[in-house]
Amino acid sequence: MAVCVAVIAKENYPLYIRSVPTENELKFHYMVHTSLDVVDEKISAMGKALVDQRELYLGLLYPTEDYKVTFPNQLCSYGYVTNSRVKFVMVVDSSNTALRDNEIRSMFRKLHNSYTDVMCNPFYNPGDRIQSRWAAALLGLPPSLCSSALLKGTVLR
Amino acid sequence: MEAAAGGGCGSGPALLLSEGEQQCYSELFARCAGAAGGGPGAGPPEAARAAPGAATAAAGPVADLFRASQLPAETLHQITELCGAKRIGYFGPTQFYVALKLIAAAQSGLPVRMESIKCELPLPRFMMSKTDGEIRFGNPAELHGTKVQIPYLITEKNTFKRVDDEDKQETQSPTMSPLASPPSSPPHYQRVPLSHGYSKLRSSTEQMHPAPYEARQPLVQPEGASSGGPGAKPPRHQASLIRSFSVEREPQDNNSNYLDEPWRITEEQREYYVNQFRSLQPDPSSFISGSVAKNFFTKSKLSIPELSYIWELSDADCDGALTLPEFCAAFHLIVARKNGYPLPEGLPPTLQPEYLQAAFPKPKWECALFDSYSESMPANQQPRDLSRMEKLSIKDMADFPVPTQDVTGDDKQALKSTVDEALPKDMSEDPATPKDSNNLKARPRSRSYSSTSIEEAMKRGEDPPTPPPRPQKTHSRASSLDLNKVFQPSVPATKSGLLPPPPALPPRPCPLQSEQASEAELHSQLNRAPSQAAESSPTKKDIPYSQPPSKPIRRKFRPENQATENQEPSPTVGGPAVATVKPHPTVQKQSSRQKKAIQTAIRKNKEANAVLARLNSELQQQLKEVHQERIALENQLEQLRPVTVL
Repeated sequence: MAVCVAVIAKENYPLYIRSVPTENELKFHYMVHTSLDVVDEKISAMGKALVDQRELYLGLLYPTEDYKVTFPNQLCSYGYVTNSRVKFVMVVDSSNTALRDNEIRSMFRKLHNSYTDVMCNPFYNPGDRIQSRWAAALLGLPPSLCSSALLKGTVLR
Repeated sequence: MEAAAGGGCGSGPALLLSEGEQQCYSELFARCAGAAGGGPGAGPPEAARAAPGAATAAAGPVADLFRASQLPAETLHQITELCGAKRIGYFGPTQFYVALKLIAAAQSGLPVRMESIKCELPLPRFMMSKTDGEIRFGNPAELHGTKVQIPYLITEKNTFKRVDDEDKQETQSPTMSPLASPPSSPPHYQRVPLSHGYSKLRSSTEQMHPAPYEARQPLVQPEGASSGGPGAKPPRHQASLIRSFSVEREPQDNNSNYLDEPWRITEEQREYYVNQFRSLQPDPSSFISGSVAKNFFTKSKLSIPELSYIWELSDADCDGALTLPEFCAAFHLIVARKNGYPLPEGLPPTLQPEYLQAAFPKPKWECALFDSYSESMPANQQPRDLSRMEKLSIKDMADFPVPTQDVTGDDKQALKSTVDEALPKDMSEDPATPKDSNNLKARPRSRSYSSTSIEEAMKRGEDPPTPPPRPQKTHSRASSLDLNKVFQPSVPATKSGLLPPPPALPPRPCPLQSEQASEAELHSQLNRAPSQAAESSPTKKDIPYSQPPSKPIRRKFRPENQATENQEPSPTVGGPAVATVKPHPTVQKQSSRQKKAIQTAIRKNKEANAVLARLNSELQQQLKEVHQERIALENQLEQLRPVTVL
């Protein structure tokens, strides 16, 4: 179950960040922030402007009431970088890791599509925070985390 | 029947009783008359017999009835006085009716005066009479008590239609108990788009029904049919208005488009949008780029987030460009927003690109689409006309017959009459409708006359700035840099402009000129080379002619190429400057020509600066567009690239 989605600009400030269980929002923000370091490390290691589809598997344990400390229920964050150095970070509650990979890739693809749609809006200046009235729709998606239903094209719009 | 009811109520006060009131009152009167034998006099024949009873009116069934209305005693006394019963000593039919009407007025909170009963009033409520009525008045009185509550919201004309529906439903389902009817009525109402007026009605009926109606459950059923009629009568008091209102509402309800009123684009609006589109993009089948649209819509003075939201709504294919239907949708949303409508959560169905393309087909598509959309068009006519009334100025009212003939032929004729009938009534109805959207409509209706015209004027007035940059580039002088097509026509002009100076050109610098011409040819990006070659080949004197046109292009290069050859310090040289390039025979001529050349050069420099500035802004826009394209391409590449595993 994806619990947090973030879109980070090239300068590493967040353009859009939403998490589902809002009481732990700060924790997820922090997690996203720490995962940015790993993203940068991987980007520099890659050299050329290659795109990381799946970037990070943080085996962090968070002793919260929602997430057990045991291994299967750890939080994992996945990263995705576009050619213009915009990063998408997604924090999931991994319970079915094996099945997750393709789902997560497709989720990122759809997220990228939504981001492109936002870019196409001439009233959007690249670098602004993404203000979207349908941002709430994004929150409704992670609980249902089936990749097709997760990120619709209009998520970020 | 209403007239008869009004006439039948007697001379005294000019009572205008609706059918429901008439029936109710007559039944009550009959009850009062028949109940205790004495009671209110049934008329002159009974006057003598009732005379002794009239003195005891307070104790008679009439008094009981009046007490059942739960009005304070003083009010009742006032009513009795006013209705004339006290004066004449008995309750004749007239007095009784007047009294009932006054009771109704008092219960509605109006002062007990004769003027109060002139207006429409709900039927008087006799709450306590439910239990009394069983004993004294029998069932029908209670039924009247139940049914009288239904048309309570007479002040809201919209609810009349609902009441019609409700009563019809109740007549259709007489077996429903009163307690059961309120729950069942809401489902019937669901199909009717309603506002708070309906909820008020429902709440009032629900309040009434549970009150003391337990005992009347078996009573309502057989009477439901009969009293459904009288109960429905009061709404028909406004029948002329309501009927037309409901007539046009029915097809709208069937289309479930009534709530989309503000989102329908009328014919005139559509034409205006298309004209605006053409001003931005001459080809109606092509689209407007994002930056152009952004500049245009920014003139509407809406905030950027709102414009961004409108763009998100209207650009359905998210390509960063607006086709004609998308543009119309966006424009319409902007117009609506400026008129105060809140922006919808999603694109309304009437603004979908497919709908717009179909509803307002281009002329070449007309024939094909009429057949398929002829059914929807008639229904569209009415709401379109309604929305037109709301949005457009008065002058558009006269255009109603004209636009309705525009799009579809066959079905409109049938509907036009109803539409035209409905329209004037709508104009009176609209201000009274309780809907929020209608309230909004009522507001912009008064000010849309000015706002839309102002807005149109604003948009029209602000339009000229966007297209002009290109046309303005057709200078007579060849100082524009970047457009071949602009440049080519200016060549002859420059040539002709240069003709006067040539006679003063000495032949000596010709070799230099030829070198310069050749180098200009080499470095020219535009298609000046052939013309320059053609010009230079015939005569040497023609070379200088060709040079000045090329000089603006290669203004930057000329200092590099020709600085060593040209003794002319300034890079921009016109016709007279050509003369100054060569060593002149006389010094005076040289100095004067130099001055002229300098002045011309300064002028041309300024023009070139202006042109370069424009070019710069255009390139910036192109850069932004390319940036967007690049991002889109990135995304595509991403999808096509084989997945790499770390």
